[in-house]
Amino acid sequence: MQFNWLKISAIVLLVYAVVGGLLLPVPELSQLGETIRNLYYHVCMWFAMMILYTISIIHSIKYLRNGKIEHDTKAVSYAGTGTYMGLLGYATGAIWASYTWADPNNPAYASFGSIMREPKLIGAATALLIYGAYFILRSSIADMDQRARVSAVYNIFSYAMLFPSIWIIPRLLPSLHPGQEGNPALNFNDIDARMRMVFYPAVLGWTFMGIWITTLIIRYKFLTEKKWMNNEK
Amino acid sequence: MKNKLTALIATFFALGAQAQDAASNETTASVMRSNGKIYVVVAVVLTILFGLIAYVIRLDRKITKLEKEA
Repeated sequence: MQFNWLKISAIVLLVYAVVGGLLLPVPELSQLGETIRNLYYHVCMWFAMMILYTISIIHSIKYLRNGKIEHDTKAVSYAGTGTYMGLLGYATGAIWASYTWADPNNPAYASFGSIMREPKLIGAATALLIYGAYFILRSSIADMDQRARVSAVYNIFSYAMLFPSIWIIPRLLPSLHPGQEGNPALNFNDIDARMRMVFYPAVLGWTFMGIWITTLIIRYKFLTEKKWMNNEK
Repeated sequence: MKNKLTALIATFFALGAQAQDAASNETTASVMRSNGKIYVVVAVVLTILFGLIAYVIRLDRKITKLEKEA
């Protein structure tokens, strides 16, 4: 195996994200407290998901342009890791919310019932389900070329659906989730300079880790395809 | 590989023994005990992170080996 810049920077940036994320100073906010450090982990999952989905759609478009089956394999692998990171983002968000929005010990906080109506949560769930349908669609078509073509087109559709479901509609509705008037964590007015020092490297670190894992999946899939074709002969 | 693994496990036991000594002496002031013991959390999370990275590296090596055979 080769240690290229991607793998090394993934390791270095993640170690920095953990050490710096837990130890460096953060602004003191009454409701969040120390949980504001979750920005380095929970939010990064969604950023990594978005970047991996973008790589996936690029490979789908490449497949539709030149019809090489390897682009289809790459597209489905990146979409798979992206969905996995999205699920992790959802799970971490659920933990975070249950201590900052819906703590039953604190009467000032909202009830679990009102959290369930959060437009951001519903939007994110919709986006993940649309990608879930992508994998079901793929597994339901037996013919290799047809599967690749149909799922490449569907991948473009599901990427387009990301924008209304996680970017536009949650911004139009009132929500407890931060980032109502702009881009959460990217807006220079609402993120502290000290946090940006850790947040941007953390986004890159988690994304690189996702890409690394995806390259392993892709290589594994190529190997099984090769083995399968050798057995055919 | 097996020797390395044994050495690693032995190191963890040694660390555990040291932790016991520290616990028996409450006044011991060390880095790990300062600042609300947050450094213990950092050590735990780093251990998990390094474990995961080692796992991914091992997978990467195995796949590289398979690719060379194929």
